[in-house]
Amino acid sequence: MAALEILAAIPYDQILIQTVNGIVTGMILALVASGLTLIFGIMDVVNFAHGELFMLGAYVGVVVLAATGSFWLALAVATLVVALLGAALQIVTLRPLLGRDPLTTILATFGISLVLQNYALWQFGPVARKIEEPFTGGFQLFYLEYPWYRLVIAGLSAIIIGAFWLFLKYGTWGIWIRATTQDRVMAQAMGIPVPWVHTSVFAIGAGMAAASGVLFGPLVGVNHAMGLDWVLKAFIVVVVGGMGNLGGSIAAAIFISLLEAYASIWVSPAQAVIVSFVVLILTLLIRPTGLFVPTPK
Amino acid sequence: MKKQSRKAYWIGFGVVVALLGVAPLVLPEFWRRFLTEILIWGLLAMSSDLLIGYTGMISFGHSAFFGLGMYGAAAALLTVSPPNLWLAVGYGLVGAAGVALFVAYFSTRLRDIYFAITTLIFSQIFYVIIFTWTDVTGGENGLTFRRPALSIPWIYATPFTNETLHWFVLAVVTASYLVLRRITQSPFGMVLQSIRENEGRTRAIGYPVERYKVAAVMLSGVFAGLAGVLYAIQNRFAAPDFVYFLVSGETVIFNVMGGIGTLVGPIVGAGFFLLLREAFSRFFTEYYLIPVGIIFIAMVIFMPRGLLGFGRSWLNR
Repeated sequence: MAALEILAAIPYDQILIQTVNGIVTGMILALVASGLTLIFGIMDVVNFAHGELFMLGAYVGVVVLAATGSFWLALAVATLVVALLGAALQIVTLRPLLGRDPLTTILATFGISLVLQNYALWQFGPVARKIEEPFTGGFQLFYLEYPWYRLVIAGLSAIIIGAFWLFLKYGTWGIWIRATTQDRVMAQAMGIPVPWVHTSVFAIGAGMAAASGVLFGPLVGVNHAMGLDWVLKAFIVVVVGGMGNLGGSIAAAIFISLLEAYASIWVSPAQAVIVSFVVLILTLLIRPTGLFVPTPK
Repeated sequence: MKKQSRKAYWIGFGVVVALLGVAPLVLPEFWRRFLTEILIWGLLAMSSDLLIGYTGMISFGHSAFFGLGMYGAAAALLTVSPPNLWLAVGYGLVGAAGVALFVAYFSTRLRDIYFAITTLIFSQIFYVIIFTWTDVTGGENGLTFRRPALSIPWIYATPFTNETLHWFVLAVVTASYLVLRRITQSPFGMVLQSIRENEGRTRAIGYPVERYKVAAVMLSGVFAGLAGVLYAIQNRFAAPDFVYFLVSGETVIFNVMGGIGTLVGPIVGAGFFLLLREAFSRFFTEYYLIPVGIIFIAMVIFMPRGLLGFGRSWLNR
C-alpha cells in the first residue's frame, strides 16, 4: 500500500515538463561546454573568460536586435563579433603564453573575464536587458502552455554542435585542428600553421559561446554577471564528461541539466545547483577522469 | 643562507615590523585602516602562497576558508556572551579547518587545472549554502556583531582601540609569517617543493604525496581562516560576499602581482592591488577592475615572477 501511495504521489506531469526543460537547458549548456572543452583539449587552456564571452554575445545580440529588429541577424552578428573578439584576445594574451605552464593561462583568462565583466557593467549598466523571442506561440503540455521557442533552441544547439562536428571531421581546418590536438609538434612539422589553428579554435569556441548567449537570452534576461553561473556549470560538465571529450561533454551537459531540473521540483532553483556539485564530487570520487569516457588511459 | 645575509634579513624584518608598528601613531585614520586591511589580505594571500608558490597548486577556493573563518568568528561572538576574542579565533579556525579538510579530501585527487576548478566549485558550494541558509547565516544580509575585548584570558581585558587593533593584527600576521616561513623551510616544506618540481619522482622516492597535499591544503586553509577571523573582528560583520569566488580570485591576483613562492610577495601584492584599486576608483569608480585587470594580464605575461621577483632580478642585473 505504501508503495502505491508513493507512486501516486509522484508528480508525473511536473516530471515530464522538467524533462523537457532539462533537455533544453542541457543543449544550451552543451553548446557552451563544447567550446570550453575544445579550447582545453587543443590548447591546454582553461578559458575562465568563457562565461563572459557568452554574456558579451548576449549583449551584442541585444544591441543588434534593438538596431535592426531581426533576431536571426542578431544571432549571426553576435557570433561573428565575439568570434573576432576571441581571436584578438587569443593573439594578444594567450599567444605569448604558449609553452609556459598551462596554469598561467588560467590567470590570464581570469584577468580577461574581470575586464570583460566590468566593461559590460560599465557599458550596459546593472539592469538586466531582455531579448525578445523571435516568435511566440506554444503547445499544451499538461497545465501549461509550453513555448515552441524553447524546443527550437534545443534543436538549433544540436544543429550547431552537429555542424561543428562535421567540420572537425571533414573540413580542412577541422582536420588541422584534430591533428594539432594529437601532436602539436608533428602538426607544425607537417606545415600546419599551429598558432593560427589555436587562434581559430579560440575564435570558434568564443563564437559558440556567443551564439548560446543570444539563444538563451530570451529565457532569462541578459546581465553582466550571467557568465559566472554558466562557466561554473560548464566546468562541471567538462570535468564530469572528461576534459577535451566532445561527446562526453554533451552527454554530461544533458545529464546534469536533467538532474537539476528534477531537483527544482522540490527545492528552489538556487539550491538545485547543489545537485550538480554533488554529481561532480561523486565523479571525482568514483572516476576522476570523467563519467562519459570509454576507459581511462 | 650565509651568516651575513641572514643577519641582513633579520635586520630588514625588524625594521619593516617596527615601521608597521609605528604607522598607526603617525598615519591619519583612513590610511591606518588601509594598512590594517593590507595586512589582513596579505595574510590571506600568504596562506594561499603555501599552495601556489610552494606546492604548485593554484587554489581558486580560498574564499571558502576565509569566509568560514569569518562565520566561525561570528558564531562565537553571537552565541557566547560576553563576546570572547580567543573563542572567536578558535571557532573560526575550527570552521576553516573543517572546510579545508573537506575540500582537501576531494580536490587533492586532481592535479593542476582540475585542482583549480574543483576548489573554485567547492567555494561556490559553500557560497550557495551560506547564501540560501538564511535562518542561520542571515542570508544575503550576513551577520553583524560586537567587537570583543582584547584580552589575555583571566588576567586582563580592554576594549580594542584603533591602534591596539592594528597592533593585534600586526602581531598575528607577523607570527603567522614566521610560522609559515618555518614550515616552508622545514623538511615538510621541502617535500611540498619537491611535489611542485616533480610530483612523480617525489612519489617514486616514497613520499605519500596525497597526504602531504591534504596537509598543505589544510594548513593553508587554517591561515586563510585566521585572516577571515581578523577581518570579521575589524569590520564587525560576516557577509556571503566574502565567500564568493571573487575573493579567491583576488587572492590569486595578490600572489601573482607580488610574486609567488616568496611569502612576503603576496603581502606586497595585496598592498599593490589595494593601492591600485584606491587610485583607479577615483577615475573609474566601481569599474576599477577594468584597468586593474589589464595591468594584471600584462603582469602575467611580462612579469611572471611578480613585483618582488622583478625587483630582485632588476637589482641583480
